[in-house]
Amino acid sequence: MDTSTTLIKNLADQYGRSRNNLLPILQSVVKQEKYLSELSMITIAKELDISASEVYGTATFYSFLEHQKMGRYIIRVCKTITCSMKGKNQILLAIQDMLKIDIGETTPDGTFSLLQTNCLGFCHKAPTMLINNDVYTELTPEKVREVLSGYLAKAKEGENDE
Amino acid sequence: MMNNTNQLKRADFIFKNENDWKEILAKNIKRSQQVLINELISSELKGRGGAGFPTGLKWKLSAEAESEIKYVICNADEGEPGTFKDREILSLVPFKVLTAMAICGHVVGAKEGFIYLRGEYFFLKSSLNQAISEFEEYCKTIHLDFSVKIFMGSGAYICGEETALFESMEGKRGEPRNKPPYPAISGYMNKPTVINNVETLAHAYTIFTYGAKRFYDLGVQYSRGTKLFSVSGDTPKPGIYELELGMSLTDFVNDFGDGDTKAVQVGGASGFLVPRKRFAETNIGYQGKLTGISLPTGGSMMLFNSSRSMYNVLDNYLEFFREESCGQCTPCRVGCQQLWIGIKAVKSGEKNALYLEKLLRLSETMQWTSKCGLGQSVANSFSSIVENFREEMIY
Amino acid sequence: MNKIKITINNHPVEIKKDTSILDAARQIGVNIPTLCYHKDLCIAGNCRVCLVELAGQKRLSPACATPCEDGMEIFTNSVKVRNSRKHIIELLLSEHNADCTRCYKNGNCELQKLASDYKIMTSDFIPLVPFKHYTIDMFSPSIIKDDSKCIRCQRCVRTCAGLQGVNALTVAYKGDQMKITSFFEKSMNEVNCTNCGQCVIHCPTGALTERNYIEEVWEAITDPTKHVVVQTAPAVRVALGEELGFAVGTRITGKMVAALRSLGFDSVMDTDFTADLTIMEEGTELLSRLKRALVDHDPDVKLPMATSCSPGWIKYIEHMYPDYLGYLSTCKSPQQMFGVLVKTYYAQARNLQPDKIVSVSIMPCTAKKFEANRPEMHASGYRDVDYVLTTRELAIMIKQAGIDFMKLEDAKFDRLMGESTGAGVIFGATGGVMEAALRTAYELVTGRDVPFDNLNILPVRGMEGVREASILIENPLKEWAFLNGVELKCAIVHGLINAKKLMDAIQSGETQYHFIEVMACPGGCLGGGGQPIPTSPEIRRKRAEAIYAEDEGMPLRKSHLNPEVIKIYADFLIKPLGEKSHLLLHTNYTARKRY
Repeated sequence: MDTSTTLIKNLADQYGRSRNNLLPILQSVVKQEKYLSELSMITIAKELDISASEVYGTATFYSFLEHQKMGRYIIRVCKTITCSMKGKNQILLAIQDMLKIDIGETTPDGTFSLLQTNCLGFCHKAPTMLINNDVYTELTPEKVREVLSGYLAKAKEGENDE
Repeated sequence: MMNNTNQLKRADFIFKNENDWKEILAKNIKRSQQVLINELISSELKGRGGAGFPTGLKWKLSAEAESEIKYVICNADEGEPGTFKDREILSLVPFKVLTAMAICGHVVGAKEGFIYLRGEYFFLKSSLNQAISEFEEYCKTIHLDFSVKIFMGSGAYICGEETALFESMEGKRGEPRNKPPYPAISGYMNKPTVINNVETLAHAYTIFTYGAKRFYDLGVQYSRGTKLFSVSGDTPKPGIYELELGMSLTDFVNDFGDGDTKAVQVGGASGFLVPRKRFAETNIGYQGKLTGISLPTGGSMMLFNSSRSMYNVLDNYLEFFREESCGQCTPCRVGCQQLWIGIKAVKSGEKNALYLEKLLRLSETMQWTSKCGLGQSVANSFSSIVENFREEMIY
Repeated sequence: MNKIKITINNHPVEIKKDTSILDAARQIGVNIPTLCYHKDLCIAGNCRVCLVELAGQKRLSPACATPCEDGMEIFTNSVKVRNSRKHIIELLLSEHNADCTRCYKNGNCELQKLASDYKIMTSDFIPLVPFKHYTIDMFSPSIIKDDSKCIRCQRCVRTCAGLQGVNALTVAYKGDQMKITSFFEKSMNEVNCTNCGQCVIHCPTGALTERNYIEEVWEAITDPTKHVVVQTAPAVRVALGEELGFAVGTRITGKMVAALRSLGFDSVMDTDFTADLTIMEEGTELLSRLKRALVDHDPDVKLPMATSCSPGWIKYIEHMYPDYLGYLSTCKSPQQMFGVLVKTYYAQARNLQPDKIVSVSIMPCTAKKFEANRPEMHASGYRDVDYVLTTRELAIMIKQAGIDFMKLEDAKFDRLMGESTGAGVIFGATGGVMEAALRTAYELVTGRDVPFDNLNILPVRGMEGVREASILIENPLKEWAFLNGVELKCAIVHGLINAKKLMDAIQSGETQYHFIEVMACPGGCLGGGGQPIPTSPEIRRKRAEAIYAEDEGMPLRKSHLNPEVIKIYADFLIKPLGEKSHLLLHTNYTARKRY
């Protein structure tokens, strides 16, 4: 059994095999592997005795349950109104300029993926972004570069951030 | 009566220390269900998520529903653009929310509670879990059989709609259900379920601490008590403020505006945009207006100054709705796309200005025909922006 | 009974509590249009076409999803309702590739009809189709899925899940991206689609259609070098009439034969013949398995034996229960038995070159198209069945040929493989294979008729999703003495959701049967995915009545009495389960991936 299958079996043991546990299981796989592969979804479907297409249909409903290979750090820049007003585009430009990737892309070394997202709930501290589960607020291009440099350093050292 | 005193009435209940939660819990679970429900009803507390359903009635209906298993769910899927108060409550005073949930469980006969926490707030999970452990530990000591679990969302605004939230918890796509049946009778796992917004529960805590009268005496008729406001946009002091309901928008802007406020979006993207000329006649509260316009609200106040294009604002909202609609019902799925592409066509001149009338009628149809609150409320911002800033839509 | 009083368009009505507004209105003859609603399916309430106005409410309510309450005042045709409904239809059209004249479903599309009823003459809304990057999935030999025609009513998804338990189709994404698709948007051919076509007969538009082979068949018919043989499945004769002006449940066997001859087929024969043949093979197989189990105590014998006529069921078990393939009868379906015999037995008898024969079948089924395409279905040395047409496609050809179907004189099937018994006919209804098999097997074993009045084994009939029956074997003939006192236990299921229930029960060991009949489609083949649209429980009930009436009217009603069956064993096959049978009439199965 490959690691992904083992992970899913363990998760199913841990959470249980009723449909109610689908989201927690999907979230845990995404946490570990950053995305849901075809194999993961098929394995989850088997464990929960539902069809893989149901897993796919459910996963694609939720913006945070990616089903394409993602980088180690997923950057999600808030694009909703206040962040948009307070300079979201400059933040995006700074990221794109620094990482040389466009929205929806992953750096060739698999370190970063860049996405946009809807309201993060920090409108009073706009503009904001999430990197994996961590929130960064009141961003400026300088601050963004600083934050990303920190992650780059972490990635280079191969430090485990979980 | 509406109270225009030119001064906002600030209050400090929600974030005031919660160190007395054990006492409040122990005291209240000794009171009878009926007494607690009556207390809540007489406080006239209404849901603070935005829809404004009387909380006491909600609890009462669930208490009366016959079922071995019932649930209490705290809706912490705070996704409305411009709203960020629930996060603060869960960060600063989680025990108030947990206590109110347990009292609710006692009232309706539920042993299990859930907090549906939006995925964006994952960072809150571990501290909240710690609070829950401490809370459950105490419940055991007072022989109260009530547990709370966190259920994480995964990035879907629509899951804040209560029946979509149930679907999501059941491991499905967050598609709102047909109503009836209502959650009080058939909610999560088709069992009677009380589902309350985080802030509503925090207010319930206030009421069970100080009594209904203290709460009722605040605010104005039909809009009792205080409310947390999430203030953002063009304001020198963005943040979270607890204010008495019933204030006039003029007073609000005088306090929070930057001196150049052109319009205020009340209630987030699904609320209304109020232009400067109508500030004076607009009061912030629930239905049942006495004078002027009264707006229900989840507490989001976004201020726009004269440098902002209302076209861009509407464009941003519509893009949001177009993406966050669950997509199942025709008026919302297609309507959101048509409104979004429609204002672009008018702006670019592809469609003439009269097309805005057609779009206004469409938004009205969406209001009447959509399955849930999302599609029904797109018309709020759409019509209030288009009608008040027509020129900006065209030129 | 709990009655409540309501008014519909100001007419007072007394109605049972909890009746939906839609049903209440229909009961008094007020029609409310629907799209996502279907009698076979759970309520979705998502198209919003059936909205009605309730006095005192600003918002409109979906008639399908709203139960009547005492005192309700309902308006189904107010200005607000009419305008909103028009708006909704316009919205659907703006997202839909409304190129109606070039659509396969032109004339049989519920959206088109609504647009026509409400006279949607303008298209003010901006067409969204150009932005959508819609795709058409044409990789399946059975079903074409054209997303540009989809109105997202989710009838197909609810069918695939609720009726079939297959869940090949799902709703994916949300908002403007929301779509009906399969696992990772793979082709239907790649995933666990059983090709049953239930989605096709439940789709209101042209988004899901059968892959049609009408032009190919016309070409074969017109080719003078080709000898075109056609076979017709039992369920076609009780449904084809619906497409051609007859009431539901009318039997038009004779006219169908006449029409086929008139279309230019060189030989018109009957799948019922191979249905009878199937009983000989499958009945013998069952008895041999019973002998191996009860006499030889062979631990490898697989019981219960499962029928194998339904290709949707075959593909389902291949995906979902690959460990249970050994339980399937090895018999090919009647269609494939017929196909292989056409290019061997029939070719020899008529002195034809098999490569000059084109073998066409008319089936109530879309899965038969896939079945004919299976690589193992070449036992004749050629593709055994060249083209499979559904009942609907045949109706289209009859219309194209300008045949006045109603006026046709009844005709008879051609000989050699055209004779059938009532037992072959009832293959078209759920429980039919079981009944036919019992009629023959019981007589084979005991020398007596099955102990049921007029051979009608009523316990196996009906529309219950899962049915059980048992038949006690007493005083058997000498060679079957080991069956004395054995209670033969059978189960019958239709609709794959019920197949899942049955298989799970068998897997868990909680039930023990000797023989199970599984039909993929609700009602059996008469409710097949290739049958006329619409379908409903009522329609299927009427078709079933017609099937059993056809059976009762047949002079012979037991497969082993079919003279052409007797002849083929005498002249060609020698005996059931014999060497030639094994070579031509039996097959094997493929374990497939579960999705």
